This record gives sequence, C-alpha cells and structure tokens, in this order.
Amino acid sequence: MIVETGHYALVLAFALALVQGTIPLWGSLAGDRALMAVAAPASIMQFLLTALSFGALTYAYVVSDFSLVNVVENSHSLKPLVYKISGVWGNHEGSMLLWVLILALFGALVALRARRMPDDLAASVLAVQAWISGAFLLFILLTSNPFARIATPPMEGRDLNPILQDPGLAIHPPLLYLGYVGFSITFSFAAAALINGRIDAQWARWVRPWTLIAWMFLTIGIAMGSYWAYYTLGWGGFWFWDPVENASLMPWLAGTALLHSALVMEKRDALKVWTIFLAILAFSLSLLGTFLVRSGVLTSVHSFASDPRRGVFILAILVFFIGGSLALFALRASTLKQGGIFAPVSREGALVLNNLLLTSSCATVFIGTLYPLALEALTDAKISVGPPFFNFTVGLLFLPIFLFMPLGQMLAWKRGRLLGAAQRLTFAVAIALVAGLFLAAANGEPAGAAALAGLAMFVIVGAFVDVAGRVTGGGFSLALMARRAAGLPLSAYGTALAHAGMGLTLFGIAATGWGVERVISMRAGDTAALGPFTVTLDDLSQRQGPNYRETVGAMTLRSDGVEIGRVNPSRKFYTSRQMTTTDAGLKTISLGQVHIVMPEQNPDGSVDVRMYWKPYVALIWLGALLMFLGGGVSLADRRLRIGVAKRAQPRVRGPAPLPAE
Amino acid sequence: MTRKQRRLTLILSALAVIGVALGLVLYAMRDNIVFFYTPGEIVAKDVKPGTRLRLGGLVKEGSVEKGADRSVLFTVADAQSEMRVRYSGVLPDLFREGQGVVAEGVFEGAKAFRADTVLAKHDETYMPREVADSLKKQGHWQPGGPPAAPAAK
Repeated sequence: MIVETGHYALVLAFALALVQGTIPLWGSLAGDRALMAVAAPASIMQFLLTALSFGALTYAYVVSDFSLVNVVENSHSLKPLVYKISGVWGNHEGSMLLWVLILALFGALVALRARRMPDDLAASVLAVQAWISGAFLLFILLTSNPFARIATPPMEGRDLNPILQDPGLAIHPPLLYLGYVGFSITFSFAAAALINGRIDAQWARWVRPWTLIAWMFLTIGIAMGSYWAYYTLGWGGFWFWDPVENASLMPWLAGTALLHSALVMEKRDALKVWTIFLAILAFSLSLLGTFLVRSGVLTSVHSFASDPRRGVFILAILVFFIGGSLALFALRASTLKQGGIFAPVSREGALVLNNLLLTSSCATVFIGTLYPLALEALTDAKISVGPPFFNFTVGLLFLPIFLFMPLGQMLAWKRGRLLGAAQRLTFAVAIALVAGLFLAAANGEPAGAAALAGLAMFVIVGAFVDVAGRVTGGGFSLALMARRAAGLPLSAYGTALAHAGMGLTLFGIAATGWGVERVISMRAGDTAALGPFTVTLDDLSQRQGPNYRETVGAMTLRSDGVEIGRVNPSRKFYTSRQMTTTDAGLKTISLGQVHIVMPEQNPDGSVDVRMYWKPYVALIWLGALLMFLGGGVSLADRRLRIGVAKRAQPRVRGPAPLPAE
Repeated sequence: MTRKQRRLTLILSALAVIGVALGLVLYAMRDNIVFFYTPGEIVAKDVKPGTRLRLGGLVKEGSVEKGADRSVLFTVADAQSEMRVRYSGVLPDLFREGQGVVAEGVFEGAKAFRADTVLAKHDETYMPREVADSLKKQGHWQPGGPPAAPAAK
C-alpha cells in the first residue's frame, strides 16, 4: 500500500508540475497576481509529494520489500541499514528520484523566499522550474519506474553492487546532486528574466546566492567523489579524467565562471548577456552530464544497467531545454543594454579574464570528453582521449588562473593599477619563492612539483593579502585592527578562504610529484621500506562480514623503528554477486597519507601489496572543504545584503503573496 | 581609451585566449589519442608495430600465465584473431578468464602486445562497452542467452 502511495504521489507531482508550469507563467505575462500566487504553494506541495514518493521507496528498501523489482535488483536483506538506505539512490531509478527530489527542494526553497522578489519574477522562475521537474517526472514515470512490482517475489535480493557498498554512497551522490541540480535554479532565473524581459543588477543579486549554494555543493560533491575513488578503486589516484568525472567538472567550471561574472553584473551592471548565457550553460552542462551518465553511452561505475529508450528520452529533454533556452536567449539578448564600462586593467577586466580562462578550460574538457563519442558515431573508429590530453590542456589553461587570482583581487573596480597591485603582492611572492626553494631542497626531484607548490603558496598567501591590507590599513594598533576586521564584509573573508582553498588543492596536486609507489609480494612477518617509513605485514586473517568474506592484512607502520600506526587493507568477497573488492588501508601522517592495497593473494600464500606514500595529499580535499566554507561565509553575508536592498527599494515588492500552506 | 577601443581590447583578448585553448587542444590531440582495436582489427587494418593502442577482447580460457615478479601473460581473442599480451603489474579485481578486458599499451608486431595498463572499466555484466560492441558486430555477442539483435547499440 505504501509503495502504491509513493507511485501515486509521483503521478500527482507530475500533474501539479503541469499546473505550476503554466498558470503562474500566464499570470506573470498577463499581470494577474492571483494566477502568479499559485506558484509558491504549488512548489511546496510538489516538494512534499516528491518527498513522500522518495520516502515510500526508502521504506521499501528498509523493510526489504522484494516484491519491487528495484529492491530485488539492488538490495539484500542482510545488507547493513545504512546501505539499505543509500542503496535507494545506488541504482538508475532511485538516483533519478533523488534528482527530482532535489529539484523540487530547490523549487520549494525559492518559493519560501519568493516574498523578497517581484511577484512576476518569482512566478516565472517557479514555472520554469516546474517545466524541468515535469520533464524528469515524466521520464521516471515512463521509462524508469522505481515502483514496478514483480509477479513472483523472490526470497532474497541480488544485493547492491559491492563497489557501491561504502559510506561514500551515502554522502557523495546527495551532495553532488545538490550542486548539479542547484544550477537548475540559476537556469530558471535566467529563463524567467528572458521571458519577463527584465535583466538588471538586481536580478544578479537574487541569483547569486543560489549560484553560490549550487557551486558550494558541487565543489564538495566532486571532492567527496574524488576521495571515494581514491580509497576504493585501488589505484591511489584522485582524478582519472573519466568521462563521468568530466561531466561533473564541466558544470563546476561554468558555475565558477558564473559566480564571478554575476559579481560584475551585480556591482557594475556589466556583462549581462554573458552572465545570462553562463547561467544557461551551467545547467545545460549538468543536463549533459546526466545524459552521459544515465543513457549508457559511457561505461563506468556510475552507469547502471541501461536501456536505449532512456537515452533517447534524456536526449529529448536535453534538446528541449538547451535549445529552448538558447532560442529565447537569441530572441532577447539583443534588447539588453550595455551596462557600466571599465578599463581592461580593472577588477572587471580581471574577472573577464577569469571567465575566459574558465570557459576555455570547460570547452577543452568538453571536446576531450565528447570527441571520442562523436567520432565513434560518425566514423565507427573507437578512440580514447586519456589523462595526458586533459592534464596538458587544462593544466596549462589553469596556470594563468592561479597566477592572476591574487592579482585580480587587488585591482580596483573600473580602473586599476597593475603595478600597485603587484607591489602589494611582494610579500606573497617572497613567501612563494622561499617555500618553493625549501620544498625543493627537502623533497628533491621533480623540480616541477616544487615550482607548482610555490605557485600554490603564492595563491594561498595572496588570497589573504587584500583582507590583511584592509585590516591593517589604518595602522597596527590592535583595537583599530579588530574594529576594522569586524567591519569588513563577510564576503571579503569568503573570497579569501575560497581562493586559499583553491591554492591548498593545487598544493596537494603538486605534491603528488613527491609520492612513492611500491608493488611487492609479502608474507606474514615481512618488512618493506616505503619512502621515510617501513611497513611490516604482521598477520593475514579471514573475517566474515554481514554479506561478504574478507581477508585482512594487519600491518604496522614504523618511522625510524618507532611504531606510528597500523593499517588494515582488505579484500572483500561478496557472495551474492561473486565479486571481489579491495579496500585500501589508509593512515594519515601529518598531511600525507600512506595508502596500501592488497590486490591479489598468490597461490604460495604470499600477497601482492601495492603501497603508496603520498605527502600532503589530504590538502587536495581539505582545499575543497575550505572552498565550501568560503562559499558559506559569503552566503551568510549575502543574506544580510538582500535584506538591506529590500529596505532600500520597497517599490519592487508587490503585495505579499498568499502565505504558503 | 574610448569605448570602442575598450570593446576591441576585450574582443581581442577573448580571441587570444580562445586561440591559445584551441592550439593546446589540437596539439594535445596529436599525441594523446589512442585508438581501440580488437585483435582481428589489428590484422585487418594492418597496424604498424610500435603503435600505441587499446586492445580489447575476451581473455582466452586457460591462457593466463603468471610469471615471477608479477609479470603476467594472457591471450586476448576475438572471433578472427588473438594476441598474446605481456603485462607487469597487478591485475584489476575484475580480471577473469573468459571475460572482457581492455589493455592499453604498445603493439609489438607478430601477435605480441606489451600492456602498461589493464582496465577494469566495465558494467555489472563484466563487459567493457567497446568489447561488447565489437563482439556484437562480429555476431559473437551472447549476454548469457541468445545473441542480441546487432541493432541494439
């Protein structure tokens, strides 16, 4: 019964999306407040219905209701509860349901804040959002129904793909989807602005917090996925330039560009056409990512059993939304007036450069990811574009981004002085040089790693130079400095933190050059050297888990003969899927990690062991965490500023819409 | 600077960045693209020894020979031909005899291939997509049942 309720709620949500997609839009075009007021309550109801449906599926998983095809194929009664719940989105149907749930969540959040926006804008935004929801709800209902029943329920399920039975599954997809789907709101804002024909600095102010939220979650979601791949796939790498990873990187690059161009639009009323275009682009790339991952054109741990009908359906959604929005864009963009002008050397100029470099990187990732698919479709030749291509192109395009990041922050709006900005960075440059030389002396070859780490130090220190200058600008008296520090807008701190986070990540990537890798065979009692440490395999033992058997290696790490930790790499054998996975043994030592996997057991009783020592590797993900925090700090500031703007311009508010019940 | 000059600077710098990006892409594409072939295609297309490529097919039953120091020899086969692959390193978790595999490395001529990477990228049915497509084309596709229609691509 609960399952049928969930299915029915999904159908109702679709019907409601049709209402929400048409009536408020009509209202906003005809200027009818009553029709516009439908949008907010409809969005909230839409979210509640989708949540009910999602809850019903989760319930089916928790109680292991094997009368559902979806549960049979992806669950097992012996699976731990956390994987029963996260298994809901560990398959195609469930993950699409999560997609729609988050889509509806964003719609509801906008609806709750709709009172702060002009009625017609809010109504159009929610209507466009409903179009997206409607399309994906229809997709689920027609091609990927998670509530399909099975005629003769089996006694036991087929279990979840063992690679997915990991805490990472509970965290990575929801975070990533919050980011991916979050860009739907910026898209809806862009489409609504084009429909209503009003695009100004105020619009940028409304859309920036949403962009920031999507960007924050996308950042942390990608980082989480990267860490998961790092410890679970057994290759010790953190980024593989896999098409699925690229699919999430492209919206991130476009979203980062959008974040910066919206700033120019908000402060200076310039780059309007470009900002709108980026808002459309970011979500289009999210849709493209969904298509690549869900249609089965790619093979990876992310693609579940595929069905060609789904690919065609998502492709149709893709074409409709990207084509529709671009047509609207072409129709309306020419009516936009040019805003504030600026000199090439200025804050705006630096942000334009940032946008050019970010979108170019995005384009190269796009080409590298899609070229093989296009070539195969056209000529039947199968090629692969591997990591060397991406490292080379994206790496070189990111170098100037890192170089100019601290510099751009230092330039004044409208017209800046390059020399003055560069002088203020002397300290950062000095630190970078000293750090680079020190690291080169301490860690030796390769020199490139030290140079990149030096650049990273420049970015990190440079990120704080602006804030430090503003705090100490009135002299070095402690009380004055504290007062000035408190008076700075939070967004200044947010920017500094996020930029420093980028620098930390770069540092971690640079330091991979100093990593040590060894592959050897070991028996119990053997000791091997690994960089500055020694690793002893004390014992090999068998253990029985709830739905797997595992071989665990007990290893001791020593530095100069002193024990500094234990690691327990293991090999798990999942009985129901007859599949083996390797779990890495990890030990974090200051900011580096020892990463050990046991990929194979030899007939003579020894095990193959792959060991890595990766200095500073944790910085890669800590940097992303810092970017997330920086975004959060900026967001706290935004909310205040929206409040101020509201008081200053009461005329843009219409009468309050009906309370949403 | 006049407004016109400013706009010109903007457009020129945009073109410069895009030009550089395009140059990088084209340059990187020259060296870093690897073609995918099955053993039969290597013979049919007369691939030159020394070419870097991805080799895909099925690991022939009973062909895996493990040597000292983690060196492995195995045979990758398709309907037409087969290729002896030499690899030194740890095989991925899901490497099995009779299953699909993709190996990246250098074709050394005379049915010999030196792999530096053996990929474990495939779906739940243990079949890399490239391999599945090629096998379908050759009419050897049996996903645990009757051969699927070749049109299902």
